[in-house]
Amino acid sequence: MGKKILYAVAAPIAAIIVALVISSIVLLFAGANPLSAYNNMWEFGTRLETIIETLNRATPLYLSGIAVAIGFRMNLFNIGVEGQYILAAIIAAKVGAEVNLPPVLHVLVIILTAMVVGAIWSGIAGFLKVTRNVHEVISTIMLNAIAVAGVTSYLLSVWDVPDESLDTATKEIPQSGWMPSLNPIVELFTREINRVELWGFIVVAIIVGIVYHVMINRTRIGFDLRASGENASAAEASGTDPKRMIMTAMVAGGAVAGLVGLPELLGSSHAYNLRFTQGLGFAGIAVALLGRNSAIGVAIGAFVIGWLDRASGVLEVRGDAPREIVSIMTGVIILAAVIAYAVVERRRRAEEAAAAAAATAAERPPDEVGAAAGGES
Amino acid sequence: MASAVKLEGITKRFPGVIANDRVNLDVAAGEIHAICGENGAGKSTLMKILYGMQPADEGRMIVNGDEVKFSSPKEAIALGIGMVHQHFMLADNLTVLENIILGAEPSTAGIINFDEARRHIIEVGEDYGLTIHPDDLVENLEVGERQRVEIIKVLFRGAKILILDEPTAVLVPQEVEELFRNMRELKAEGHTIIFIDHKLDEVLEISDTITVIRAGRTIDTVKPEDVTARDLAELMVGSELPVPEIRESTVTDHVVIEAVNAAADDDTGSPKLRNLTMKVHKGEILGIAGVEGNGQAEFVEAMVGMRPLTSGSLSLEGVRMLGWGTRRRREAGIGYIPEDRTRRGLLAGFPLWENAMLGHQSMEPYVSNGFWIQTAAGREHTKKVVDQFDVRTPSVDVAAHALSGGNQQKLIVGKEMSADLVALIAAHPTRGIDVGAQAAVWEELRHARAAGLAVILISADLEELIGLSDRLLVMLRGEIVAELDPRDVTPRDLGSYMTGASVQQGGE
Ligand SMILES: Nc1ncnc2c1ncn2[C@@H]1O[C@H](COP(=O)(O)OP(=O)(O)OP(=O)(O)O)[C@@H](O)[C@H]1O
Ligand SMILES: [Mg+2]
Repeated sequence: MGKKILYAVAAPIAAIIVALVISSIVLLFAGANPLSAYNNMWEFGTRLETIIETLNRATPLYLSGIAVAIGFRMNLFNIGVEGQYILAAIIAAKVGAEVNLPPVLHVLVIILTAMVVGAIWSGIAGFLKVTRNVHEVISTIMLNAIAVAGVTSYLLSVWDVPDESLDTATKEIPQSGWMPSLNPIVELFTREINRVELWGFIVVAIIVGIVYHVMINRTRIGFDLRASGENASAAEASGTDPKRMIMTAMVAGGAVAGLVGLPELLGSSHAYNLRFTQGLGFAGIAVALLGRNSAIGVAIGAFVIGWLDRASGVLEVRGDAPREIVSIMTGVIILAAVIAYAVVERRRRAEEAAAAAAATAAERPPDEVGAAAGGES
Repeated sequence: MASAVKLEGITKRFPGVIANDRVNLDVAAGEIHAICGENGAGKSTLMKILYGMQPADEGRMIVNGDEVKFSSPKEAIALGIGMVHQHFMLADNLTVLENIILGAEPSTAGIINFDEARRHIIEVGEDYGLTIHPDDLVENLEVGERQRVEIIKVLFRGAKILILDEPTAVLVPQEVEELFRNMRELKAEGHTIIFIDHKLDEVLEISDTITVIRAGRTIDTVKPEDVTARDLAELMVGSELPVPEIRESTVTDHVVIEAVNAAADDDTGSPKLRNLTMKVHKGEILGIAGVEGNGQAEFVEAMVGMRPLTSGSLSLEGVRMLGWGTRRRREAGIGYIPEDRTRRGLLAGFPLWENAMLGHQSMEPYVSNGFWIQTAAGREHTKKVVDQFDVRTPSVDVAAHALSGGNQQKLIVGKEMSADLVALIAAHPTRGIDVGAQAAVWEELRHARAAGLAVILISADLEELIGLSDRLLVMLRGEIVAELDPRDVTPRDLGSYMTGASVQQGGE
């Protein structure tokens, strides 16, 4: 049992060590002192405020990672999360601003809108695949471009409220449609938090993670999905309709993708504006890879990448190195993780075999040894 | 004669099993050497070791007089060893030519010389009487053709020692004869052939020497002139050679499956299945004979809902199945043993119990309310299947790819037959299963039939077909060309009906 856990954590830890070594070399080349850089990052990164910011960063990354993972489970490469969440965010922001509803219901309507928009946008790619056999990578790349550069820019210009501020933004969502900060709860266990708020949407992300885990591992639909990913023809022969499976995976992934922009929308910006965080959809691919599509793994991946992102700001402030160094670190961690998983897997198999050998050798009656060696029975 | 291959004390362990336990094998240069043994005896493993795909834990390998150690098939290929696997390893979406040259591309300055490759391949093919079409897409090939591609691929790489793992399992008798002709030709050219086979009369016909392996050990090496099939079976499994033979008829007049003028297209959209009309009754085994590629596969797919009919109808218990998907048909009690287990029947990386669930994932005991997976009940049920059908495995949690080919097949047969069925579509149910386990499967089929199951049996093993069926239909070019009584037909007769030689008389 203990071994099992060891093997489970060995790969990520190995990956981080390798990443540290390579990053150190890069830092040295950049003329920085790696030790002082790491020290600064650690010191800054372990502050309560930084951890809160990390969680705020990890929440959308997690949702994005799960959205990608749903597709990965059946060998669908949904790289359209980017467009799905941006489009969902702006439409949800607009709907949220226009409706007048009591607090909880208001938030639910916004969430639902975002999920539906994400699902539809992703569903288009699914539809193109099942009817026209268009590869999802191609269609989602195009849909990303259409959603981000086309539709969203257009909508933003149309929905922009002319007011005294120079900001281009949709109308602000009334307070009944905000998600409360979780600071009071955290402060119960820690100290007073300055400047930052822990976005309440993390609760939704946790629920999504649990539902994902249960659906994938404990339900027929999850099994159909995994089976289709493992062997599409065998899954078809077992009664799963391949076209329906593709649609299911794309729509479910899109619905989760729709949530990616909401932590920020409901937690702090309350409107879609030009500064709305972009790129979370692509980051989700890395997070899903790092977390190997498991609910827990993706959470760890989201936290690690979120932390690197937040803690890296200090490098520039303290003059260690440009913060872009962290992009290199993130890349190295992902590569190292993928390799480490493979190595650990091999090692685990070899040990299993050796254990089996030890057990069977003991069982062998001594008198048989000579006979069998002679090739006779 | 000098030894081409000599294996001494080869040992190979996997988690929970010893696949090879100090196996010895001595193959003379230029001979055809058969390896026999029950499912899971360690035959494929031994061959993979010789081919450099897996390292042995212990033991020595001597090839052409020199001791060797391989860390990859590349090194084995360099010494002139080639292998055709039990489960073919061709890339479906590439052409025959591309598949053959994959990894050994003749090139000048990094540019693949396709014309030269094509010429060379046709040459190799002609030399040994192996006909193939280099530009066909592999996914459109019949198994027999795929096998020829695999063999040419190996020869193309200059193999002098050929390993064929259960080459005849997927072939009909005519194709087996052709393969044997090719093998004799290769032998005459000085090649050494090691092959694995569960059909003992074939082994006796073609081989010069036979080595029998049981439970990972070499039991004996014999000459075909000195033994009978019965002796071999006894060496292999320690029991007598079973004969498929049906006892009293249990056929009722209750129609379970009915096809009326059913027609369907093949993958390319041209008509394949024509005018198929037939009935299968409760308690009846209906055998369908035919050379591979004459519409049986399309018929099976239409039955299980993976191929739409272009006209006509199929009914189950009097209800037309128009528009029913595969899941609905399975839930209605149609079981399905696919002809190609790795393609249609297995999730290689998933544990056995999830594989047993495959096809029944909307039904008890694996799932409750059609939704929640019941892990404990599913594993329990799988254990029963494993016991009843003698699937050799350390546990139901190991991944399916860790099982030997025959044991994978037993699992598939077992999980289908232990479900609540009204009809079973069994395509080559005993493919790759050893003689002992084959008898057990036949027995189960007879039981199920006596209990009222309607079975459509498709098999390349004509003795099995004749021995088990209550009625036989012969399919040729997508049509039923003859209906025969298995009691008065011999495999030879059946063979000529299948190739169309006797259609005129039989079709009346
Ligand atoms: N990769 C693997 N991991 C674990 N166990 C394995 C693996 N490959 C084979 N085995 C086990 O080794 C034993 C021998 O398997 P092998 O495939 O050599 O049998 P075989 O003689 O070829 O049988 P068959 O006639 O069914 O093909 C089996 O018990 C099988 O379960
Ligand atoms: Mg085998």
